[in-house]
Amino acid sequence: MAGVAVSTTINGDHVEYLCQPDETLLEVLRDRLGLTGAKEGCGTGDCGACSVIVDNRLVCSCLVLGAEAEGRQIETIEGMAHGDQLHPLQQKFLEHAALQCGICTPGFLIAAKDLLAKNPSPTEEEIRFGLAGNLCRCTGYDKIVRAVQDAANVMKGA
Amino acid sequence: MRYIRPLSIEDAVGELARAVGPAAILAGGSDLLVRMKGGFIEPELIVDIKAINGLSDIQETADGFRIGAAVPCAVLGENKALRKAWPGVVEAAKLIGSKQVQGRCTIVGNLCNASPAADSVPALVAAGAKAVIAGPSGKRTIAVESVPTGPGRTSLAKGEIVEAILLDKRAPNSGDAYQRFIPRTEMDIAVVSAGVNLTLDEHGVIKAARVALGAAAPTVLLVAEAAQVLVGSKLDEATLERLAKVCSGACRPIDDKRGTIEFRRKVAGVLAKRVAATAYERAGGK
Ligand SMILES: Cc1cc2nc3c(=O)[nH]c(=O)nc-3n(C[C@H](O)[C@H](O)[C@H](O)COP(=O)(O)OP(=O)(O)OC[C@H]3O[C@@H](n4cnc5c(N)ncnc54)[C@H](O)[C@@H]3O)c2cc1C
Ligand code: FES
Ligand code: FES
Repeated sequence: MAGVAVSTTINGDHVEYLCQPDETLLEVLRDRLGLTGAKEGCGTGDCGACSVIVDNRLVCSCLVLGAEAEGRQIETIEGMAHGDQLHPLQQKFLEHAALQCGICTPGFLIAAKDLLAKNPSPTEEEIRFGLAGNLCRCTGYDKIVRAVQDAANVMKGA
Repeated sequence: MRYIRPLSIEDAVGELARAVGPAAILAGGSDLLVRMKGGFIEPELIVDIKAINGLSDIQETADGFRIGAAVPCAVLGENKALRKAWPGVVEAAKLIGSKQVQGRCTIVGNLCNASPAADSVPALVAAGAKAVIAGPSGKRTIAVESVPTGPGRTSLAKGEIVEAILLDKRAPNSGDAYQRFIPRTEMDIAVVSAGVNLTLDEHGVIKAARVALGAAAPTVLLVAEAAQVLVGSKLDEATLERLAKVCSGACRPIDDKRGTIEFRRKVAGVLAKRVAATAYERAGGK
Protein backbone atom coordinates (compact mmCIF):
# COMPACT_ATOMS: atom_id res chain seq x y z
CA MET A 1 0.00 0.00 0.00
CA ALA A 2 1.21 3.47 -0.85
CA GLY A 3 1.60 5.79 2.12
CA VAL A 4 -0.40 8.98 2.42
CA ALA A 5 1.51 12.18 3.21
CA VAL A 6 -0.38 14.26 5.75
CA SER A 7 0.25 17.78 6.94
CA THR A 8 -1.77 18.86 9.96
CA THR A 9 -1.75 20.86 13.21
CA ILE A 10 -1.69 19.09 16.57
CA ASN A 11 -1.97 21.14 19.77
CA GLY A 12 -0.90 24.21 17.80
CA ASP A 13 2.21 22.58 16.30
CA HIS A 14 2.60 21.92 12.60
CA VAL A 15 3.06 18.17 12.11
CA GLU A 16 3.78 16.07 9.01
CA TYR A 17 3.60 12.30 8.77
CA LEU A 18 3.24 9.42 6.36
CA CYS A 19 0.58 6.85 7.17
CA GLN A 20 -1.16 3.89 5.57
CA PRO A 21 -4.56 4.66 4.05
CA ASP A 22 -6.35 2.32 6.48
CA GLU A 23 -4.51 3.54 9.58
CA THR A 24 -6.64 5.33 12.15
CA LEU A 25 -5.80 8.71 13.64
CA LEU A 26 -5.51 6.95 17.01
CA GLU A 27 -2.82 4.63 15.59
CA VAL A 28 -1.01 7.58 14.04
CA LEU A 29 -1.06 9.57 17.29
CA ARG A 30 0.10 6.67 19.43
CA ASP A 31 2.41 4.67 17.20
CA ARG A 32 3.88 7.25 14.81
CA LEU A 33 3.85 10.46 16.83
CA GLY A 34 4.37 9.10 20.35
CA LEU A 35 1.27 10.88 21.65
CA THR A 36 0.02 8.03 23.81
CA GLY A 37 -2.46 10.01 25.91
CA ALA A 38 -5.41 8.92 23.78
CA LYS A 39 -6.14 5.27 24.63
CA GLU A 40 -7.67 2.41 22.72
CA GLY A 41 -10.44 0.91 24.83
CA CYS A 42 -12.60 -0.66 22.15
CA GLY A 43 -11.65 0.58 18.69
CA THR A 44 -15.31 0.76 17.71
CA GLY A 45 -16.51 4.17 18.93
CA ASP A 46 -18.15 2.88 22.10
CA CYS A 47 -15.84 3.85 24.98
CA GLY A 48 -14.49 7.34 24.22
CA ALA A 49 -11.01 6.60 25.60
CA CYS A 50 -9.55 7.76 22.28
CA SER A 51 -11.41 11.13 22.26
CA VAL A 52 -9.71 14.08 20.56
CA ILE A 53 -11.02 17.35 19.16
CA VAL A 54 -10.80 17.89 15.39
CA ASP A 55 -11.72 21.37 14.10
CA ASN A 56 -13.68 22.06 17.29
CA ARG A 57 -15.62 18.79 17.14
CA LEU A 58 -15.22 16.03 19.70
CA VAL A 59 -14.57 12.73 17.89
CA CYS A 60 -13.32 9.20 18.55
CA SER A 61 -9.86 9.07 16.97
CA CYS A 62 -10.32 5.30 16.49
CA LEU A 63 -13.04 6.12 13.94
CA VAL A 64 -11.08 8.73 11.98
CA LEU A 65 -8.47 7.82 9.39
CA GLY A 66 -5.03 9.33 9.82
CA ALA A 67 -5.33 10.47 6.20
CA GLU A 68 -8.39 12.55 7.09
CA ALA A 69 -6.35 14.81 9.37
CA GLU A 70 -4.91 16.72 6.41
CA GLY A 71 -5.26 20.47 7.01
CA ARG A 72 -7.17 20.05 10.28
CA GLN A 73 -6.65 21.44 13.78
CA ILE A 74 -6.34 18.61 16.27
CA GLU A 75 -6.35 18.92 20.07
CA THR A 76 -5.24 16.01 22.23
CA ILE A 77 -4.81 15.53 25.97
CA GLU A 78 -1.11 16.36 25.58
CA GLY A 79 -2.07 19.97 24.83
CA MET A 80 -4.36 20.42 27.82
CA ALA A 81 -1.92 21.53 30.53
CA HIS A 82 0.31 24.55 29.99
CA GLY A 83 3.71 23.32 31.13
CA ASP A 84 3.32 22.58 34.84
CA GLN A 85 0.04 24.49 34.99
CA LEU A 86 -2.77 21.93 34.95
CA HIS A 87 -6.07 22.74 33.24
CA PRO A 88 -8.82 23.33 35.86
CA LEU A 89 -10.48 20.08 34.78
CA GLN A 90 -7.25 18.14 35.38
CA GLN A 91 -6.85 19.83 38.79
CA LYS A 92 -10.42 19.01 39.79
CA PHE A 93 -10.16 15.40 38.61
CA LEU A 94 -7.21 15.05 41.00
CA GLU A 95 -8.95 16.81 43.90
CA HIS A 96 -12.15 14.79 43.53
CA ALA A 97 -10.32 11.50 42.93
CA ALA A 98 -12.27 11.21 39.68
CA LEU A 99 -10.05 8.37 38.48
CA GLN A 100 -8.79 5.03 39.65
CA CYS A 101 -6.94 3.08 36.97
CA GLY A 102 -6.92 6.19 34.78
CA ILE A 103 -7.30 4.63 31.35
CA CYS A 104 -10.54 6.50 30.68
CA THR A 105 -9.25 9.80 32.07
CA PRO A 106 -7.70 11.44 28.98
CA GLY A 107 -10.90 10.77 27.06
CA PHE A 108 -13.10 12.13 29.85
CA LEU A 109 -10.94 15.25 30.17
CA ILE A 110 -11.08 16.00 26.46
CA ALA A 111 -14.83 15.33 26.31
CA ALA A 112 -15.42 17.49 29.40
CA LYS A 113 -13.30 20.27 27.93
CA ASP A 114 -15.41 20.20 24.77
CA LEU A 115 -18.61 20.10 26.85
CA LEU A 116 -17.65 23.16 28.92
CA ALA A 117 -16.48 25.08 25.85
CA LYS A 118 -19.97 24.70 24.37
CA ASN A 119 -21.95 24.88 27.61
CA PRO A 120 -20.07 26.63 30.47
CA SER A 121 -22.83 25.96 33.05
CA PRO A 122 -24.14 22.46 32.41
CA THR A 123 -26.67 20.83 34.74
CA GLU A 124 -25.81 17.44 36.22
CA GLU A 125 -28.07 15.82 33.65
CA GLU A 126 -26.36 17.68 30.79
CA ILE A 127 -22.98 16.52 32.09
CA ARG A 128 -24.15 12.91 32.30
CA PHE A 129 -25.64 13.00 28.79
CA GLY A 130 -22.69 14.96 27.42
CA LEU A 131 -20.24 12.37 28.73
CA ALA A 132 -22.35 9.33 27.81
CA GLY A 133 -19.89 8.47 25.03
CA ASN A 134 -17.15 7.88 27.62
CA LEU A 135 -17.10 4.70 29.67
CA CYS A 136 -15.41 4.20 33.05
CA ARG A 137 -15.37 0.82 34.71
CA CYS A 138 -13.84 2.05 37.99
CA THR A 139 -15.31 5.25 39.39
CA GLY A 140 -19.06 4.81 39.02
CA TYR A 141 -19.08 8.24 37.29
CA ASP A 142 -20.22 10.26 40.31
CA LYS A 143 -16.81 11.67 41.14
CA ILE A 144 -16.26 12.52 37.49
CA VAL A 145 -19.53 14.47 37.39
CA ARG A 146 -18.60 16.33 40.61
CA ALA A 147 -15.17 17.19 39.25
CA VAL A 148 -16.65 18.59 36.05
CA GLN A 149 -19.20 20.65 38.01
CA ASP A 150 -16.47 22.04 40.24
CA ALA A 151 -14.20 22.82 37.29
CA ALA A 152 -17.09 24.59 35.55
CA ASN A 153 -17.49 26.85 38.60
CA VAL A 154 -13.78 27.61 38.73
CA MET A 155 -13.64 28.34 35.00
CA LYS A 156 -16.64 30.67 35.13
CA GLY A 157 -14.99 32.61 37.96
CA ALA A 158 -11.74 32.93 36.02
CA MET B 1 -5.85 0.28 -0.53
CA ARG B 2 -6.11 3.83 -1.82
CA TYR B 3 -7.61 6.85 -0.01
CA ILE B 4 -8.75 9.82 -2.08
CA ARG B 5 -10.46 13.08 -1.25
CA PRO B 6 -11.93 14.49 -4.47
CA LEU B 7 -13.06 18.12 -4.66
CA SER B 8 -15.92 17.63 -7.12
CA ILE B 9 -18.83 15.23 -7.27
CA GLU B 10 -17.94 14.42 -10.91
CA ASP B 11 -14.43 13.29 -9.88
CA ALA B 12 -15.83 11.22 -7.03
CA VAL B 13 -18.41 9.54 -9.29
CA GLY B 14 -15.72 8.95 -11.95
CA GLU B 15 -13.33 7.30 -9.48
CA LEU B 16 -16.08 5.06 -8.09
CA ALA B 17 -17.32 4.12 -11.55
CA ARG B 18 -13.79 3.23 -12.73
CA ALA B 19 -12.86 1.28 -9.59
CA VAL B 20 -12.03 -2.33 -10.36
CA GLY B 21 -12.06 -3.77 -6.84
CA PRO B 22 -14.41 -3.05 -3.94
CA ALA B 23 -14.80 0.67 -3.28
CA ALA B 24 -16.40 2.50 -0.36
CA ILE B 25 -17.72 6.00 0.16
CA LEU B 26 -16.52 7.58 3.41
CA ALA B 27 -18.69 10.19 5.13
CA GLY B 28 -18.41 10.15 8.95
CA GLY B 29 -16.95 6.65 8.97
CA SER B 30 -18.90 5.58 12.07
CA ASP B 31 -20.25 2.53 10.28
CA LEU B 32 -17.63 2.12 7.57
CA LEU B 33 -14.53 2.12 9.78
CA VAL B 34 -16.16 -0.23 12.30
CA ARG B 35 -16.95 -2.66 9.48
CA MET B 36 -13.47 -2.33 7.97
CA LYS B 37 -11.81 -3.00 11.31
CA GLY B 38 -14.08 -5.94 11.94
CA GLY B 39 -12.90 -7.38 8.62
CA PHE B 40 -16.40 -7.36 7.16
CA ILE B 41 -15.26 -5.34 4.15
CA GLU B 42 -11.88 -4.74 2.60
CA PRO B 43 -12.22 -1.85 0.18
CA GLU B 44 -9.44 -1.21 -2.30
CA LEU B 45 -10.56 2.37 -2.73
CA ILE B 46 -11.96 4.79 -0.16
CA VAL B 47 -13.57 7.94 -1.51
CA ASP B 48 -13.82 10.57 1.23
CA ILE B 49 -16.69 12.87 0.20
CA LYS B 50 -16.12 15.56 2.85
CA ALA B 51 -14.06 17.90 0.67
CA ILE B 52 -16.54 17.89 -2.23
CA ASN B 53 -17.82 21.34 -2.99
CA GLY B 54 -21.36 21.93 -1.71
CA LEU B 55 -21.71 18.73 0.32
CA SER B 56 -20.92 20.28 3.70
CA ASP B 57 -23.68 22.83 4.11
CA ILE B 58 -27.38 23.12 4.86
CA GLN B 59 -29.13 25.43 2.41
CA GLU B 60 -32.55 26.96 2.97
CA THR B 61 -34.10 27.30 -0.48
CA ALA B 62 -37.46 28.46 -1.80
CA ASP B 63 -38.56 24.80 -1.78
CA GLY B 64 -37.29 23.90 1.69
CA PHE B 65 -33.98 22.56 2.91
CA ARG B 66 -31.08 20.93 1.13
CA ILE B 67 -28.82 19.05 3.54
CA GLY B 68 -25.43 18.13 2.06
CA ALA B 69 -24.39 14.49 2.43
CA ALA B 70 -21.28 15.41 4.44
CA VAL B 71 -23.06 17.48 7.12
CA PRO B 72 -22.52 15.81 10.51
CA CYS B 73 -25.56 15.35 12.75
CA ALA B 74 -24.11 17.74 15.36
CA VAL B 75 -24.41 20.51 12.76
CA LEU B 76 -28.03 19.57 11.99
CA GLY B 77 -28.80 20.01 15.68
CA GLU B 78 -27.23 23.47 15.69
CA ASN B 79 -29.33 24.73 12.77
CA LYS B 80 -32.22 26.72 14.31
CA ALA B 81 -34.31 27.03 11.14
CA LEU B 82 -34.12 23.29 10.48
CA ARG B 83 -34.95 22.49 14.11
CA LYS B 84 -37.99 24.71 13.93
CA ALA B 85 -39.28 23.33 10.62
CA TRP B 86 -38.42 19.65 11.10
CA PRO B 87 -37.99 18.95 14.83
CA GLY B 88 -38.66 15.23 14.39
CA VAL B 89 -35.93 14.77 11.80
CA VAL B 90 -33.46 16.67 13.96
CA GLU B 91 -34.35 14.80 17.17
CA ALA B 92 -33.89 11.49 15.34
CA ALA B 93 -30.49 12.53 13.94
CA LYS B 94 -29.44 13.71 17.41
CA LEU B 95 -30.14 10.27 18.87
CA ILE B 96 -27.37 8.65 16.82
CA GLY B 97 -24.47 7.66 19.08
CA SER B 98 -22.60 9.88 21.53
CA LYS B 99 -21.25 13.43 21.29
CA GLN B 100 -18.17 11.88 19.67
CA VAL B 101 -20.24 10.06 17.04
CA GLN B 102 -22.43 13.13 16.46
CA GLY B 103 -19.38 15.12 15.39
CA ARG B 104 -18.88 12.71 12.49
CA CYS B 105 -22.04 10.79 11.59
CA THR B 106 -24.34 11.86 8.76
CA ILE B 107 -27.98 11.13 7.97
CA VAL B 108 -26.96 9.96 4.49
CA GLY B 109 -24.49 7.49 6.02
CA ASN B 110 -27.28 6.33 8.34
CA LEU B 111 -29.55 5.84 5.29
CA CYS B 112 -26.95 4.15 3.07
CA ASN B 113 -25.68 1.83 5.80
CA ALA B 114 -29.21 0.41 5.47
CA SER B 115 -29.66 -0.88 8.99
CA PRO B 116 -33.34 -1.59 9.71
CA ALA B 117 -32.79 0.13 13.08
CA ALA B 118 -31.21 3.33 11.70
CA ASP B 119 -32.61 6.17 13.79
CA SER B 120 -32.86 9.03 11.31
CA VAL B 121 -34.51 6.97 8.56
CA PRO B 122 -38.08 6.59 9.93
CA ALA B 123 -38.10 10.33 10.65
CA LEU B 124 -36.89 11.11 7.11
CA VAL B 125 -39.44 8.74 5.59
CA ALA B 126 -42.26 10.27 7.66
CA ALA B 127 -41.05 13.71 6.55
CA GLY B 128 -41.28 12.69 2.89
CA ALA B 129 -37.59 13.48 2.41
CA LYS B 130 -35.92 12.92 -0.94
CA ALA B 131 -32.38 11.86 -1.82
CA VAL B 132 -30.49 13.57 -4.64
CA ILE B 133 -28.23 11.01 -6.27
CA ALA B 134 -25.31 11.76 -8.57
CA GLY B 135 -24.05 8.97 -10.81
CA PRO B 136 -22.25 8.14 -14.05
CA SER B 137 -25.42 8.81 -16.06
CA GLY B 138 -26.38 12.06 -14.34
CA LYS B 139 -28.54 13.01 -11.39
CA ARG B 140 -31.82 11.65 -10.11
CA THR B 141 -33.99 12.42 -7.09
CA ILE B 142 -35.85 9.63 -5.32
CA ALA B 143 -37.84 9.15 -2.10
CA VAL B 144 -35.51 8.19 0.78
CA GLU B 145 -37.49 4.99 1.38
CA SER B 146 -36.36 3.78 -2.06
CA VAL B 147 -32.69 3.83 -1.03
CA PRO B 148 -32.44 0.90 1.43
CA THR B 149 -33.64 -2.40 -0.05
CA GLY B 150 -32.78 -4.73 2.85
CA PRO B 151 -30.35 -4.98 5.76
CA GLY B 152 -27.03 -3.61 4.45
CA ARG B 153 -28.32 -3.28 0.87
CA THR B 154 -29.29 -0.22 -1.17
CA SER B 155 -30.68 0.54 -4.61
CA LEU B 156 -27.61 2.65 -5.45
CA ALA B 157 -25.77 1.54 -8.60
CA LYS B 158 -21.99 1.41 -8.99
CA GLY B 159 -20.60 4.93 -9.07
CA GLU B 160 -23.65 6.52 -7.45
CA ILE B 161 -23.35 8.90 -4.51
CA VAL B 162 -26.13 10.47 -2.49
CA GLU B 163 -25.33 14.15 -2.74
CA ALA B 164 -28.01 15.68 -0.52
CA ILE B 165 -31.28 15.15 1.32
CA LEU B 166 -34.19 17.43 0.45
CA LEU B 167 -36.90 18.40 2.93
CA ASP B 168 -39.95 20.34 1.78
CA LYS B 169 -40.78 23.82 2.90
CA ARG B 170 -43.11 23.49 5.87
CA ALA B 171 -46.85 23.94 5.33
CA PRO B 172 -48.53 25.89 8.17
CA ASN B 173 -49.79 23.83 11.15
CA SER B 174 -47.32 21.00 10.61
CA GLY B 175 -45.24 19.00 13.06
CA ASP B 176 -43.15 15.84 13.18
CA ALA B 177 -41.63 13.67 15.90
CA TYR B 178 -39.53 10.54 16.40
CA GLN B 179 -38.96 8.16 19.31
CA ARG B 180 -37.22 4.85 19.76
CA PHE B 181 -37.36 2.23 22.48
CA ILE B 182 -33.99 1.25 23.96
CA PRO B 183 -33.32 -0.48 27.28
CA ARG B 184 -30.79 2.21 28.27
CA THR B 185 -31.11 6.00 28.13
CA GLU B 186 -28.24 6.62 25.66
CA MET B 187 -25.95 4.85 23.23
CA ASP B 188 -28.04 1.89 22.13
CA ILE B 189 -29.66 0.47 19.01
CA ALA B 190 -33.42 0.93 18.56
CA VAL B 191 -35.44 -2.16 19.46
CA VAL B 192 -38.32 -0.53 17.62
CA SER B 193 -39.03 3.09 16.67
CA ALA B 194 -41.64 5.38 15.13
CA GLY B 195 -41.70 8.64 13.17
CA VAL B 196 -44.87 10.64 12.51
CA ASN B 197 -45.39 13.78 10.42
CA LEU B 198 -48.71 15.66 10.46
CA THR B 199 -50.33 18.69 8.85
CA LEU B 200 -53.53 20.08 10.38
CA ASP B 201 -56.22 22.37 9.03
CA GLU B 202 -57.12 25.58 10.87
CA HIS B 203 -59.50 23.66 13.17
CA GLY B 204 -56.90 21.15 14.31
CA VAL B 205 -58.19 18.35 12.07
CA ILE B 206 -55.38 16.24 10.58
CA LYS B 207 -55.38 16.69 6.80
CA ALA B 208 -52.13 14.94 5.91
CA ALA B 209 -50.13 12.27 7.77
CA ARG B 210 -47.17 9.97 7.29
CA VAL B 211 -46.27 7.24 9.76
CA ALA B 212 -43.03 5.22 9.58
CA LEU B 213 -41.77 2.40 11.80
CA GLY B 214 -38.12 1.44 12.34
CA ALA B 215 -36.61 -1.93 13.36
CA ALA B 216 -39.98 -3.47 12.60
CA ALA B 217 -39.12 -5.07 9.24
CA PRO B 218 -36.06 -5.54 6.95
CA THR B 219 -36.45 -1.91 5.85
CA VAL B 220 -38.25 1.04 7.38
CA LEU B 221 -42.01 0.64 7.00
CA LEU B 222 -44.15 3.47 5.67
CA VAL B 223 -47.57 2.51 7.04
CA ALA B 224 -50.15 4.00 4.68
CA GLU B 225 -53.05 2.51 6.61
CA ALA B 226 -51.89 4.28 9.78
CA ALA B 227 -51.93 7.60 7.93
CA GLN B 228 -55.48 6.88 6.76
CA VAL B 229 -56.54 6.30 10.36
CA LEU B 230 -55.16 9.69 11.36
CA VAL B 231 -56.47 11.84 8.50
CA GLY B 232 -59.79 13.51 9.32
CA SER B 233 -59.33 13.11 13.09
CA LYS B 234 -58.34 15.42 15.92
CA LEU B 235 -56.32 12.61 17.45
CA ASP B 236 -58.97 11.53 19.93
CA GLU B 237 -58.52 8.45 22.13
CA ALA B 238 -60.33 6.11 19.71
CA THR B 239 -58.10 7.23 16.80
CA LEU B 240 -54.98 6.64 18.88
CA GLU B 241 -56.13 3.12 19.75
CA ARG B 242 -56.79 2.34 16.10
CA LEU B 243 -53.39 3.80 15.17
CA ALA B 244 -51.68 1.51 17.68
CA LYS B 245 -53.55 -1.52 16.38
CA VAL B 246 -52.71 -0.80 12.75
CA CYS B 247 -49.02 -0.17 13.54
CA SER B 248 -48.69 -3.34 15.62
CA GLY B 249 -50.30 -5.26 12.78
CA ALA B 250 -48.07 -3.75 10.10
CA CYS B 251 -44.82 -4.89 11.80
CA ARG B 252 -42.87 -7.80 10.42
CA PRO B 253 -40.18 -7.85 13.12
CA ILE B 254 -37.60 -10.45 14.03
CA ASP B 255 -36.98 -12.20 17.35
CA ASP B 256 -33.54 -11.43 18.72
CA LYS B 257 -31.67 -10.73 21.93
CA ARG B 258 -32.97 -7.16 21.99
CA GLY B 259 -36.65 -7.99 21.71
CA THR B 260 -39.18 -10.64 20.78
CA ILE B 261 -41.64 -10.33 17.91
CA GLU B 262 -44.49 -9.93 20.36
CA PHE B 263 -42.70 -7.20 22.31
CA ARG B 264 -41.74 -5.28 19.17
CA ARG B 265 -45.31 -5.38 17.86
CA LYS B 266 -46.72 -4.10 21.12
CA VAL B 267 -44.13 -1.32 21.53
CA ALA B 268 -44.52 -0.21 17.89
CA GLY B 269 -48.15 0.59 18.66
CA VAL B 270 -47.36 2.35 21.94
CA LEU B 271 -44.62 4.46 20.34
CA ALA B 272 -46.81 5.37 17.36
CA LYS B 273 -49.41 6.79 19.77
CA ARG B 274 -46.88 8.79 21.77
CA VAL B 275 -45.09 10.10 18.71
CA ALA B 276 -48.35 11.06 16.99
CA ALA B 277 -49.36 13.02 20.12
CA THR B 278 -46.06 14.93 20.10
CA ALA B 279 -46.28 15.65 16.37
CA TYR B 280 -49.88 16.84 16.85
CA GLU B 281 -48.85 19.20 19.63
CA ARG B 282 -45.94 20.54 17.58
CA ALA B 283 -48.34 21.16 14.70
CA GLY B 284 -50.34 23.39 17.05
CA GLY B 285 -53.16 20.93 17.73
CA LYS B 286 -55.29 20.71 20.95
C1 LIG C 1 -20.66 4.11 19.04
C2 LIG C 1 -21.67 4.13 17.94
C3 LIG C 1 -23.00 4.39 18.25
C4 LIG C 1 -23.96 4.42 17.24
N1 LIG C 1 -25.25 4.67 17.58
C5 LIG C 1 -26.20 4.71 16.62
C6 LIG C 1 -27.56 5.01 16.96
O1 LIG C 1 -27.89 5.25 18.11
N2 LIG C 1 -28.48 5.02 15.96
C7 LIG C 1 -28.15 4.76 14.66
O2 LIG C 1 -29.02 4.79 13.80
N3 LIG C 1 -26.86 4.48 14.31
C8 LIG C 1 -25.89 4.46 15.26
N4 LIG C 1 -24.59 4.16 14.91
C9 LIG C 1 -24.26 3.86 13.51
C10 LIG C 1 -23.74 5.06 12.70
O3 LIG C 1 -23.16 6.02 13.53
C11 LIG C 1 -24.84 5.73 11.88
O4 LIG C 1 -25.42 4.81 11.00
C12 LIG C 1 -24.31 6.94 11.10
O5 LIG C 1 -25.38 7.78 10.73
C13 LIG C 1 -23.49 6.60 9.87
O6 LIG C 1 -23.09 7.80 9.24
P1 LIG C 1 -21.57 8.03 8.74
O7 LIG C 1 -21.57 9.34 8.06
O8 LIG C 1 -20.63 7.84 9.86
O9 LIG C 1 -21.46 6.85 7.70
P2 LIG C 1 -20.21 6.09 7.03
O10 LIG C 1 -19.67 5.10 8.00
O11 LIG C 1 -19.26 7.08 6.45
O12 LIG C 1 -20.97 5.35 5.89
C14 LIG C 1 -21.98 4.37 6.14
C15 LIG C 1 -22.32 3.60 4.85
O13 LIG C 1 -22.97 4.46 3.93
C16 LIG C 1 -22.20 4.63 2.74
N5 LIG C 1 -22.28 6.06 2.40
C17 LIG C 1 -21.93 7.10 3.19
N6 LIG C 1 -22.20 8.27 2.57
C18 LIG C 1 -22.72 7.96 1.37
C19 LIG C 1 -23.19 8.76 0.27
N7 LIG C 1 -23.17 10.10 0.32
N8 LIG C 1 -23.67 8.12 -0.83
C20 LIG C 1 -23.71 6.76 -0.86
N9 LIG C 1 -23.27 5.95 0.14
C21 LIG C 1 -22.79 6.55 1.25
C22 LIG C 1 -20.80 4.18 3.11
O14 LIG C 1 -20.09 3.73 2.03
C23 LIG C 1 -21.08 3.10 4.14
O15 LIG C 1 -21.41 1.90 3.50
C24 LIG C 1 -23.59 4.16 15.90
C25 LIG C 1 -22.25 3.92 15.59
C26 LIG C 1 -21.29 3.92 16.58
C27 LIG C 1 -19.86 3.67 16.24
S1 FES D 1 -11.17 3.27 21.44
FE1 FES D 1 -12.24 4.75 20.32
S2 FES D 1 -14.14 4.74 21.28
FE2 FES D 1 -13.16 3.12 22.30
S1 FES E 1 -10.70 5.08 36.10
FE1 FES E 1 -10.54 3.06 35.40
S2 FES E 1 -11.86 3.10 33.66
FE2 FES E 1 -12.19 5.01 34.52
